[in-house]
Amino acid sequence: MMTTSLSTVLLRTIGPTNLRLLGLLAALSIVFGAFVGDRLFGEFGLRSMAYQLPELGLLSLAMMVALLSGGLDLSIIATANLAALATAAVLKAAPADAVGIALVAIEGGAVLAGFTVAALVGLTNGFLVGYLRVSPILATLGTMTLVKGLAIGLTHGDVVSGFPADIVFLGNGSLLGLPMPLILFGAVALLVGLLLTRTPFGVTAALMGSNQQAVRFSGVDTRAALLRVYGLSALVAASAGLIMMARFDSANAAYGESYLLVTILACVLGGVSPTGGFGKVGGLVIALVILQLISTACILLDLSQFLTLSLWGGILLAVSLTGILRDHVAGLLAALRAPGLRHDSRSV
Amino acid sequence: MRKVLRGAHGSQEVWLALIILAMIVVLSILRPNFLSLQNMLDLLSSYAYTGMLASGLLVVLIAGGIDISFAAVASVAQFVALTVANATGIGWIEVAAIAGGIGLCLGLVNGVLVSTLGIASIIVTIATQSVIFGLLLTVTHGQDIFLLPAWFTTGVSIPIHMDAEGNEYVINLQIIALAASFAVAWFLLNRTTFGRQIYALGGNPEAARRVGFGVFRLNLMVYAYMGLIAGLASIVQAQYTQSVSPTALVGRELDVVAAVVLGGASLDGGVGRVSGAFLGLALIAVMQNGLALLGVSSYWSPFFTGLVVVAAVAGMAGRTRRRWRASPGLA
Repeated sequence: MMTTSLSTVLLRTIGPTNLRLLGLLAALSIVFGAFVGDRLFGEFGLRSMAYQLPELGLLSLAMMVALLSGGLDLSIIATANLAALATAAVLKAAPADAVGIALVAIEGGAVLAGFTVAALVGLTNGFLVGYLRVSPILATLGTMTLVKGLAIGLTHGDVVSGFPADIVFLGNGSLLGLPMPLILFGAVALLVGLLLTRTPFGVTAALMGSNQQAVRFSGVDTRAALLRVYGLSALVAASAGLIMMARFDSANAAYGESYLLVTILACVLGGVSPTGGFGKVGGLVIALVILQLISTACILLDLSQFLTLSLWGGILLAVSLTGILRDHVAGLLAALRAPGLRHDSRSV
Repeated sequence: MRKVLRGAHGSQEVWLALIILAMIVVLSILRPNFLSLQNMLDLLSSYAYTGMLASGLLVVLIAGGIDISFAAVASVAQFVALTVANATGIGWIEVAAIAGGIGLCLGLVNGVLVSTLGIASIIVTIATQSVIFGLLLTVTHGQDIFLLPAWFTTGVSIPIHMDAEGNEYVINLQIIALAASFAVAWFLLNRTTFGRQIYALGGNPEAARRVGFGVFRLNLMVYAYMGLIAGLASIVQAQYTQSVSPTALVGRELDVVAAVVLGGASLDGGVGRVSGAFLGLALIAVMQNGLALLGVSSYWSPFFTGLVVVAAVAGMAGRTRRRWRASPGLA
């Protein structure tokens, strides 16, 4: 009894999925640590991880919100770039000699403009999915093309660059030794995590992923809930766009495009059910750390950056495969221990 | 015609056909050369790759799955087949066999993983796409091949018409392959047991299993077929662009998905027709070609494509919306 209590408490607070992910992370840390040596967890390794993770992290969070509700948001990266371009447009249109309060007001207004544009895209998605009953894949595929098309049309594919120091600080500065992008990512992740687990909205979103019809029949306005789900997804995507813009000190219609399918991969690796209903922000964060660790180790080992992509896909397949094998073995063991009994008793 | 008009699918296809017809009428009034034989042939050639993949993806969607990895599969098939061709001097049949074979094998891998991993096919094929594409770029460093065998760059052309000024009109490899892939898909889906089993599998996998269909074998065949088509389409595309590029194809998968789904195939499986997929492809092709003929800046072309896709899906969502409204409930 005494020996099992610690492990059960641990299991209950962390959850089996996250525990397995932590195990994988530990195993990878040891393997890569042995190959790469001290550099991986030295200052350079940790710094590069801390600055790179937030981009993919915020985009994956945006994807997770939609996945949890049983949908998908393919327009996140297009939205992120359009939001960054809107912010950039306001910053460029403002008088260049503004200082003090005026400058802060301009910067605040610019960021607000970015989020407003993103919210409009999100509401369009929510309207298409919730009110017009278009399948999420198709609706967001359409808005993705539309939004990216708008960004390309307005900028002719050009890069807009050169922003005030305050904006660049958000992507490259650090506070109390912690990189700003990581702080912002932590804040957004915490906020989204609380929204999804501690508010009626979050519960509705996850329940819709399990059974939308049942949620609707229990008197919840699922259309309005979907409007909010895709609105939130777009706002989180916009925050990713702003951080990318701050980090590169530039905005473009096509930044981060290769991340689109990777965000789905990260979510599923993090235990988010691809059909919706289940998933924790904590799991996603661990999955992101795993992906970032692989990426940084590949860079330090001078391996091709494309091999990272391969390893990411391979890790997801391997994790799914071990899941299947584990179920298989557990089933076999249960059958061996108690022939004829189909339930194994966990308490023993 | 009555058969076409009957049923929800028919109505979606009629809707699509009417939109396309309206676009053609407007375009041919504004730009008389739109309906010229040469423009039609050009249009078919340039959309051959997308169209072939659409015909393959249709089969996967009907079976209740989805494949995102076909562009990565096509890139590998193209690269290997034409590298071998450059090195050994083999001919058409061998190149097609190598590309098709590689596609088939990678498709089988997808089929096995989708059947055994028990996770959604979109996730499995995103993962295999990452693995395949990552390895391809690691090996090739993303380098294009511009120097291809002479017989390959010459291609295939069958003259069909000569006008008064002596201009020759030809049917090329792209058009032949496009027509063949749609014909094969139509035959498979409508005239074979395999096709009927695929509809059943997509409509209700559990029922299909209990009836006694080999669900595992069916899934293997579906993804292998998609891989085979991707391999062959990659050769057609390489002949069209006169080059092999490991990076040019990946990233445009969702265009193919859009074309097929616009044509009425359901992402839930069990539903979809070859004629619909062709109309979906035609909608996108006519619109993009029309925008170019009208002189719209190529920067704005994606925007209008998106606008049409959004408008079309919103318009065609009427049926599911009505069904949703009709069901009892409050919201």
